[in-house]
Amino acid sequence: MKILVPVKRVIDYNVKPRVKSDGSGVDLANVKMSMNPFDEISVEEAIRLKEAGKAEEIVAVSVGPQKAQETLRTALAMGADRAILVMTDEEVEPLGVAKILAKIVEEEAPKLVITGKQAIDDDSNQTGQMLAALLGWGQGTFANTVTVDGDSVDVKREIDGGLQTVKLSLPAVVTTDLRLNEPRYASLPNIMKAKKKPLDEKTPADYGVDISPRLTTTNVSEPPVRQAGEKVEDVDALVAKLKAVGAI
Amino acid sequence: MKTLVLVEHDNTDMKDATLAVVTAASQLGEVHALVAGSGCASVGEQAAKVAGVSTVHVADDAALANQLAENVAPLVASLMESHDAFLAPATTTGKNVAPRVAALLDVMQISDILSVESEDTFTRPIYAGNAIATVKSSDAKKVITVRGTAFDKAAAEGGSASIEGVTGAGESGLSSFVSEEIAKSERPELTSAKIIVSGGRALGSSEKFEEVITPLADKLGAGIGASRAAVDAGYVPNDYQVGQTGKIVAPEVYIAIGISGAIQHLAGMKDSKTIVAINKDEDAPIFQVADIGLVADLFNAVPELTEKV
Repeated sequence: MKILVPVKRVIDYNVKPRVKSDGSGVDLANVKMSMNPFDEISVEEAIRLKEAGKAEEIVAVSVGPQKAQETLRTALAMGADRAILVMTDEEVEPLGVAKILAKIVEEEAPKLVITGKQAIDDDSNQTGQMLAALLGWGQGTFANTVTVDGDSVDVKREIDGGLQTVKLSLPAVVTTDLRLNEPRYASLPNIMKAKKKPLDEKTPADYGVDISPRLTTTNVSEPPVRQAGEKVEDVDALVAKLKAVGAI
Repeated sequence: MKTLVLVEHDNTDMKDATLAVVTAASQLGEVHALVAGSGCASVGEQAAKVAGVSTVHVADDAALANQLAENVAPLVASLMESHDAFLAPATTTGKNVAPRVAALLDVMQISDILSVESEDTFTRPIYAGNAIATVKSSDAKKVITVRGTAFDKAAAEGGSASIEGVTGAGESGLSSFVSEEIAKSERPELTSAKIIVSGGRALGSSEKFEEVITPLADKLGAGIGASRAAVDAGYVPNDYQVGQTGKIVAPEVYIAIGISGAIQHLAGMKDSKTIVAINKDEDAPIFQVADIGLVADLFNAVPELTEKV
């Protein structure tokens, strides 16, 4: 089967984002960008399914600026077979991305779409579920373990309170949680080879879907700053402090 | 506006997470609640007693027993013909179902709101809580998930809503429930605990975690949390994880033990009323948000603390 893996270029997870003073957004100029960590887990899972003989081809997709090419090259270097970049400088909301992905699914006819559970920039946690709804497919969100067996996939999901296993008939959408796997690093030879792998460039217009935003961000501000606390010398002083604030 | 609140439950009891969502919904207008489950009549009765709820819709159907998104979402979408907004708690159930509903209605969801500014404007955290965005929705119907710690809980008693039966869409045939492993715990639930004792990588092993963290939590009647590092290392199950990708908590007291304070962890606990940090590295970022800090070896300090509280 074919697996489609959507990936997003986001601010690197180690960078502390700075809010612009005019409240228009977060300053992304000259900030290190990387593949969304959950998407690395998606790519890794797709590759493992291929290595296990459950999949033949992995197609990585990104909707974003020209520079999202780098993110796709990373996916190719990890082991994806080819890539599609849907190029746009506008910010596309999860609903718009899901609509574009749904069109790509129509063309590519994958049996499985594996996407991250959330992007660490907008923290929405929506795209996979929306895509499943648009396609009328089952969804296995927050996947901890994925087991493909013939025409179905068992997904063990991380839920509040524990784990839940669901069986989905294929085709289906799976969204990855942190503990699904440990993504591999791309080796230098594979990074070189990835430069020769096919990368198609498209635009949202090619898919003819309306991706105009439904939400307007009117302001972005710093979260309230906590009052600086104080350090205590020893456990007795800590106990006294805890009593003073009524904690114990 | 007429709102529809998704009731979080296990077919027997309504979960606390619902109450904060009712508060958010009441800021938008008339509050209706939806109990989707199987053999869930008692949950309907509990929801009807919540102050501020006027009608409870109960969909009692074997297909809804495990609240699979494929079966719940079409039911919600059909009820949205007579409601203006759908609000779900930002729990794993709410996050699974709500975006599917939004796509069926062709609207953008607003995730994890912190406040209701007006009928169409909300605030929500982005970038792991390092920025707060104010967003205005142009969609006719609103689909929203609510951060439980950002809203006061509505009173669980005092209401007298009418209960109406509704019919679900039945089995989608797309998915089925196989099994569940729920971690058994006598402790207060993490998201509603008043005190949380949380451990990190510095504990070193699951035995040490148990030996150092558990007695203190027992003594304080506290919930137990953990950083991602402690979960990844296998010291505790993953539903203990506090952070951007785990649970968001805001207890009265959060005691971070052997946790450095990475951005992703702070995202899950920095709205706690009092933060206490015990760490031997005096430069650990956790001290920048801690109200009370103790620079000490946790293996000495925590047993001593347990003894003295």
